[in-house]
Amino acid sequence: MASIWRYILAGLGLAALLAGIVAGVYLMLPQSAPGPDLSRSKKTANGLFVASFEPERGAVRQGELQSWLLTLKTAAGAPVEGAAITISGGMPQHDHGLPTSPQATDYLGNGRYRIDGVKFTMSGWWQLHFGISAAAGSDSVVFNIVL
Amino acid sequence: MKRLASVASFLALAALALLGGCGEPEFSDAEKKTIASLALNTLPSLKPDTTNQYGDVPAAAALGSTLFFDGGMSRDGTVSCSTCHKIDRQFQDDLPQAVGVGHTNRRTMPLAGVARDPWFFWDGRRDSLWAQALTPLENPLEQAGNRAAFAHYIKKRFGERYERIFGPLPDLSTVPANASPLGTDAEKAAWNAMPVGQQDDVNRVYANIGKAIAAFERSIEPGQTRFDRFAIDLATGAKPEEDAAFSPEEILGLKLFIGKANCVTCHNGPRFTDNAFHNTGVPPVDRLPADRGRVDAVAQVEADPFNCFGKFRDGDESACRELRFMVKNGPQITRAYKTPSLRGAADRPPYMHAGQFSTLDEVIAHYSKAPLAVEGVSEVHPLDLSERERSALVAFLKTLSD
Repeated sequence: MASIWRYILAGLGLAALLAGIVAGVYLMLPQSAPGPDLSRSKKTANGLFVASFEPERGAVRQGELQSWLLTLKTAAGAPVEGAAITISGGMPQHDHGLPTSPQATDYLGNGRYRIDGVKFTMSGWWQLHFGISAAAGSDSVVFNIVL
Repeated sequence: MKRLASVASFLALAALALLGGCGEPEFSDAEKKTIASLALNTLPSLKPDTTNQYGDVPAAAALGSTLFFDGGMSRDGTVSCSTCHKIDRQFQDDLPQAVGVGHTNRRTMPLAGVARDPWFFWDGRRDSLWAQALTPLENPLEQAGNRAAFAHYIKKRFGERYERIFGPLPDLSTVPANASPLGTDAEKAAWNAMPVGQQDDVNRVYANIGKAIAAFERSIEPGQTRFDRFAIDLATGAKPEEDAAFSPEEILGLKLFIGKANCVTCHNGPRFTDNAFHNTGVPPVDRLPADRGRVDAVAQVEADPFNCFGKFRDGDESACRELRFMVKNGPQITRAYKTPSLRGAADRPPYMHAGQFSTLDEVIAHYSKAPLAVEGVSEVHPLDLSERERSALVAFLKTLSD
């Protein structure tokens, strides 16, 4: 009998040691690296505009051509009208560009521009760069989208 | 507290894993989500093709099926769509490059799920299934016909069937026997001598031939495989039984496919394709003409009178967004080719756009090594897979054929 208890005790001791090691390793694991800034609304690079970028209809769906809305306001909050918008982008971790050439197709009023032809063909980190020229000047902004 | 709880649950899981023993598939939640996204039951129902108003008309599909298998739809009367797209071989021909009237420079693509593609051919030089179907008909190396001859042939052989679907055939009595803007010099001259209205009439009949063939091809869809049964069981928590159970090697292959080997980056969704074009450094075949893939296809699809912007499209231009927003230049489309579906791939060597690799082992060795592209930039980076890992990937790919 005594020997069984000894084995159980030894087993428990070993288990505790194992648990301690596992917990220690877990606690020492690096905290997950901060991902790209995923905000959908931000100041443009030189602070000329505040840009917001949202899918026109609900969720982002992988592999589908979707239209998004880029909303441009001045720093004072006035809608930016008549902006010329150029779009580029890609996947920084895969060294490739966008699978489509999205374009600003319509001005919907109140600083809102329809960006049509957006397609994300794979999961991962995507970037969309916007060049914006309007009466207030030219500026640019980058949005990160992670699928 | 939260961290303590995670430590506890981690320990509990570790203990369960120890107690549970070996052989049980273990996938993280993220892996399970990816596996579920590849299963055939996530394939949405086929959307109508608004550019082809006959796409879901049964009589059109029936005529299309007749034409698909009809050797009369070629210059020498012996080559049909089915010569290369063999019905009992996943609608492909097992050859490195297709052979019609002549020897082509590209591998025949299988047809399961083809109606879901936004782009057609390896390089996407056509933008609809019906425009695709017209291209081999006049390619001198494939069916080698000409559209005037096809119009006459349809009137003679299938006039009544055609008219029941598409309405009255035009008057072809003064149309030359052989004429096409793409044919021989004599055929081009004959075409150029035709009044524009007559060219339009012939083009309309020709477009309708493509629309009938496309209607038939819309019925060719992928079937359920062992992988799909495994994935459904995994998603529902049922224990996979009989052939739905994966061997440890197949499980390792699946984990690599969606993990370290990065296959799922491009081979994603229930068809295992992102429908996009990539340069993966696949070497050219020496004796074939220069082939630059997508970069040379852009001008071809833009110039095609049967493309979505052309007058033979049904419905409105809102269907043309793929063409409207396509990437027209840039280094990424040089020697870029379409990601093929992997469903059934294990049963149809050879592989790649010109049949460069004769086995799946060679394909995986290529991706593991990731050689530089001869032109443009390969998107693939070396994986340095072990022999065991490479075999496991092959074992997994076979579950998409069983």
